[in-house]
Amino acid sequence: MNFSEVFKQSNQLCKVSPDGKYLATCVQYRLVVRDFNSLQIAHLYTCLDPVMHMEWSSDSLFILCAMYKRGLVQVWSLEQPDWHCKIDEGSIGLVSSRWSPDGRHVLNTTEFNLRVTVWSLCTKAVSYIKYPKACQKGVDFTADGRYMALAERRECKDYISVFVCDDWHLLRHFESETQDLAGLEWSPNCCVLAVWDNCLEYKLLLYSLDGRLLSSYSAYEWSLGIKSVAWSPSSQFLAVGSYDEKVRILNHITWKKITEFEHPATIINTKAVVFKEVEKRPVVGSEDLSIHQLTVDNSLFSTQSKYEITQLPAQVPVIKPDPDRANPKIGISALAFSADNRFLATKNGSFQVLSLFWHCSGSSLVLLSKEHICLCYVEAEEEK
Amino acid sequence: MLDSDESVFLVSPDPHPHSAELSSISGISMSPSRQNLHHSLHSTMALPKTSYSVLSAFCTEENISQCIAYINQEVCSLGLTGVSLESKSGSLSAVPVLNLLYEVLQLQRRAQRALHELETQQLKNGSDLEHLQHSNCRLKDQLEHTRRDNSGLHEGERQLQLKIKTLQNWLKSEKEEVQKLQSIISSRATQYNHDTKRKERECTKLKERLNQLLMDKRDKKLSIEISNHVGRSDGKRGLWKTGKMEARHEGEMYKALLSDYETRQRSLMMENSELKKVLQHMKKDMITILSPKKPEPANDSLEQAVSECEEEIGDPSRETLEQSCEQAREQLTNSIRLQWRKLKSHMERLDSQASLVASQEREGEEMMSRKEHEEEMQRMRMELQQCKEFIHMQQQLLQQQLSSPCDEETAALLNDCYTLEEKERLKEEWRLFNEQKRNFERERKNFTEAAIRLGHERKAFEEDRAAWLKTQFLNMTPFVDRKRSALSDSALSVGTEPEAKLQSTPPLVTKSLFSTPKAASVKMPSTADLYRTLHLIPDSRGHGKCQSGEMSTKSRLRNCSTDCSVLSFVRDENSPI
Repeated sequence: MNFSEVFKQSNQLCKVSPDGKYLATCVQYRLVVRDFNSLQIAHLYTCLDPVMHMEWSSDSLFILCAMYKRGLVQVWSLEQPDWHCKIDEGSIGLVSSRWSPDGRHVLNTTEFNLRVTVWSLCTKAVSYIKYPKACQKGVDFTADGRYMALAERRECKDYISVFVCDDWHLLRHFESETQDLAGLEWSPNCCVLAVWDNCLEYKLLLYSLDGRLLSSYSAYEWSLGIKSVAWSPSSQFLAVGSYDEKVRILNHITWKKITEFEHPATIINTKAVVFKEVEKRPVVGSEDLSIHQLTVDNSLFSTQSKYEITQLPAQVPVIKPDPDRANPKIGISALAFSADNRFLATKNGSFQVLSLFWHCSGSSLVLLSKEHICLCYVEAEEEK
Repeated sequence: MLDSDESVFLVSPDPHPHSAELSSISGISMSPSRQNLHHSLHSTMALPKTSYSVLSAFCTEENISQCIAYINQEVCSLGLTGVSLESKSGSLSAVPVLNLLYEVLQLQRRAQRALHELETQQLKNGSDLEHLQHSNCRLKDQLEHTRRDNSGLHEGERQLQLKIKTLQNWLKSEKEEVQKLQSIISSRATQYNHDTKRKERECTKLKERLNQLLMDKRDKKLSIEISNHVGRSDGKRGLWKTGKMEARHEGEMYKALLSDYETRQRSLMMENSELKKVLQHMKKDMITILSPKKPEPANDSLEQAVSECEEEIGDPSRETLEQSCEQAREQLTNSIRLQWRKLKSHMERLDSQASLVASQEREGEEMMSRKEHEEEMQRMRMELQQCKEFIHMQQQLLQQQLSSPCDEETAALLNDCYTLEEKERLKEEWRLFNEQKRNFERERKNFTEAAIRLGHERKAFEEDRAAWLKTQFLNMTPFVDRKRSALSDSALSVGTEPEAKLQSTPPLVTKSLFSTPKAASVKMPSTADLYRTLHLIPDSRGHGKCQSGEMSTKSRLRNCSTDCSVLSFVRDENSPI
């Protein structure tokens, strides 16, 4: 394995372009674009302030740099390095900024979530969307980029607005039956919107594209509820991870639970394969080809650590979280389906994995902790 | 002076000699036995006056001193003062004797008193003992009672303990639940507090910002600076927002939804059809698994049954394709299975009955049919041979004619004529031959068509029979007698020879002819068809056989059921053929 030289970056802003040709990194107020294969600097841009957020447009032609403190967004073009664009939100401030799926509109969320401003790079037009909701995931675009769902809150009630991304025309606006909407996510086939409630109530609602309520699911009452939700790539399954350390899978025909996965502290399932990292501070990895529960504490440049298969029953070290704090660190915080619909990776509890995602081929899983990265290769078993 | 009359002695009325007297006296006087005492008392009491005779036994005038001595001895042993004897006169002074007597009386009284006391004491003791025994019994009973009560109380205590335990457990669980609920409440409360605080903080920030904005003169407007417009990602021109656009958007949305539903429905339909296919395959497999198990001779019957059942199953399967109701399909498959089982058992029974007879009969039939077939073939070959020979002869004659010598002119003329004639005749004959050939072809085609038609009709007949059988099975009724009489009538009414044959052998037919040329027919349909169709033309020979053939098929039907009306029914149907 070869390693390149180490490059500087700030704020963990380091992204590969969607077409895979370039690598963009931010160093303080500079934006460095490198050619991916040679890592030679292709372009260098200077922003007016330290960049807090950087994003590629979907067609890899533009890069957005947001500076929240000053309420500025600057857009750079790769084709024409002289082209520049600066969006100033003025005194209203800026909290988040993102691209629209067509790569020609910038959506800025102002401070206090007062409104979402839609800036068009084609026409310089501005649209406003009032009362957006500040929650875990209040905005979601469909996979084909045609529609956008936005959560709103007016007069202590939750609403969902569906916009057509072409011209930001409001297609549907309906009330959501949640107490306090925490997030929404489109299904990959763009026809179903999954909406889930705050952790104080376990409620998952499924709306169709035209705003009809298809089904609602609630596993239990009173205890803390949903923590994370993930669709399978074929839209057939919806995985719901909750604070009771269980993942429940719903099917898309009846929207009822077909199975649930537990994350017990002691793994006794005979089909589970537990990989344990052998190192100075052994932390357990685990198991089964259909569920992964892994933690990483390995530094990339230190001595190689091996992963051994431990005997069942295996004990997973559990750190009991402080129950008096809000948003306790228990429950399923991350879910990811592999692209071929065969595997589901989950992260339970207070393991230090910050994010997990699959490689698009579905053969390996990437785990990121604060300082480390780990790849897990999954052997595809021969199926009948 | 002691008078022998006045002396009274506490002695037993036993006039023994001295030693014996003494011993008896001493024994008696010493023994505290009650009875003796009583006796003695009574005796003394009873004999105060009449004891003289008795007393005189102890003391007489001769042994006074001895008596006195003895008495003194005794008295001394008792602790009383003795009686002194004034030996000079030989008489006792009365005073000491009286004193002695008095003391003895006192003694006796004392003794009596003691006795009395003892007796009373005895009585008391006895009564006490009784009393104690009674109380003992009573106490024992009481003890029993208390023991029982005790055990009962133990039992009750145990149950109460159990109850206590269960209540404690319940209490524990309730406490746990309360704790859980409390923890839930507390976590919710912390969450609420957290959210409230967050909102409050946001609120204060808003207020600050509002203040700031109100005070701040400079108001930074929001603006966008862009060096030049960027083209749209899809290269198209932007469109105005109009009502049509809105409608278009709506339409597109619904289209997307519809297409999704359609794909889903298609996949579900495919799944459904696959499952249906699997079900049908399973049914077929069931049939095939059941059929090969039978032995060889019974193959045809089974095949017939198989074909019957296939048809039977074929119908419901067609129905299932049309029906979409799950329950109806389930019911249908269940009914099919039941019917199949019934039929199978029935067929097994019939197989066992018919296998023995069938084998013999079948062989004979086959032999006969084969022989006839052979004969027919022979005949045809003979005819063919004859024709060939004839043609050959003709050709030879022609040759001879041509090669025979004669006058050139006349010969030539004649030859010409002859040749012409020959040619003409040949032509005629060729024409005839061709015509015949064409006729033959046509007839053969007719035969094959007839055979095919027959096959079709047989198939139709089979279907009808299957349906009829089904109805028969479904309503097995005791109409046998009525129909059997009908059969006999019909049998009598028809008046050709096979009928006679039939009449003569109805019992045989009912039991046998189970596997007949039909077997051959099933195995080699074409030849049997042709054979049968050929025999349709020569009435006398073939008709009978045909009838028998038909008979066999129908008889088989009859074997399948006890109802014989089929025969008549079927004959009517097949008579046009």
